[in-house]
Amino acid sequence: MNEILTAVIPIVIIGLVCAAVLVIASKLMAVKEDEKFPAVRGCLPGANCGACGFAGCDGYAKALCEDSSTPANLCVPGGESTAKQLSEALGVEFAEVEAQVAFVHCGGDCSKTQDKVEYEGFSSCAAANLLFGGKGACTYGCLGMGDCAAACPQNAIYIKNGIAVVDEEDCIGCGICTRTCPNHLISLVPQKRKVTMTCRNKDKGAVTRKTCSNGCIGCKKCEKSCPRDAIHVYENVAEIDYSKCIGCKLCAKNCPVGCIEM
Amino acid sequence: MTKLIIILLSAVFINNYILSRFLGICPFLGVSKKLDSATGMSFAVIFVMLIATAVTWPIQMYLLNPFNLGYLQTIVFILVIATLVQLVEIILKRYIPSLHKSLGVYLPLITTNCAILGVTILNIDEGYTFAEAMVNSLGSGLGFFLAMVMFSGVRSKLEGADIPKAFEGLPITLVAASITSLSFMGFGGVIENLFA
Repeated sequence: MNEILTAVIPIVIIGLVCAAVLVIASKLMAVKEDEKFPAVRGCLPGANCGACGFAGCDGYAKALCEDSSTPANLCVPGGESTAKQLSEALGVEFAEVEAQVAFVHCGGDCSKTQDKVEYEGFSSCAAANLLFGGKGACTYGCLGMGDCAAACPQNAIYIKNGIAVVDEEDCIGCGICTRTCPNHLISLVPQKRKVTMTCRNKDKGAVTRKTCSNGCIGCKKCEKSCPRDAIHVYENVAEIDYSKCIGCKLCAKNCPVGCIEM
Repeated sequence: MTKLIIILLSAVFINNYILSRFLGICPFLGVSKKLDSATGMSFAVIFVMLIATAVTWPIQMYLLNPFNLGYLQTIVFILVIATLVQLVEIILKRYIPSLHKSLGVYLPLITTNCAILGVTILNIDEGYTFAEAMVNSLGSGLGFFLAMVMFSGVRSKLEGADIPKAFEGLPITLVAASITSLSFMGFGGVIENLFA
């Protein structure tokens, strides 16, 4: 009996001492967690898409709690309702979210342009692009192998008539496809926009003409017709500045090739 | 001094905890996929091995041995090491958040790892003095680090290799681990003769 006690008592004492030390330490050295964090994190959708520019929803929530200058309207998938909840949780004023969607800036479908070679390799835009810029006559255009469609977490992109098309109903504006396209053809544009450029061909007008009937020839007619200086031709292709665009559609009406979509 | 150097070198190379004693295989297979997580884990192991030895050696010598409680070694060591790692984690979180961030994930993982318990018990079994025990722990930790870093290199090569279907994943990892371990057998007998 005595031997059992000499074993049990030290173990119990050691256990109690250890427990006491841990309890005291955790009380004395408790790190204050921001009490706002769980509430803020709860507002976010948890898609971890990175559209806000932070590393996942946790990262954005942390930035919101720690730095009050972080805007509360950065969450694109969550949209307006999330931004409202966030500004309530943080006690800041609500700022409207401008809904953004991805857009594939290429209108060169099968009826507008032709293939210059037959490609029978690995079915991926990245692989096809390595081989003389893809099979299409235009090396700037959509390769049509669907790397963006495969990357899209919402399955909002599909290949139609040889080019990728974004379903704007399903698109959450996360921007993953913009980083996937080897030709950097996809960008985020405001959902409420009235006009969109559907070409990114930087060749001179005469060269573009031969490869695709939808190609921007850089004639600058749009530039001259725009009342707000919102469209400019850089490197033989027009670009729209949506912060200035008022949606008058004059550029699209004046475009001789019709590469500005209304 | 020579003895300390021999203990250090043989702990790193000859009695390498992973490759010749086969302790701590779990983190060895689990965390060796990437170099940065392998180094993080290894530094945590070195750190915990050192503090665990620093605490368990006096407990054995001044508490268990005088009362003939040697048979309680395992349970007491586990209890003390677990408490100690928790305590260190709390302290790090409070005072050195950057170190807590880099070691933090791995600290709780290795609290009751067999390599840690193995070092503390073997230190007693070998009859080391306190200084020798500390040096042995440092060497064991460094040996763990060496094996982890080397093996993360091997594994990154395996990722790109064309491996037969039946060997993919863990089987080829174990084969590679055993070959790495064989190569360490080459150190046997070298260290003792260095200072002979």
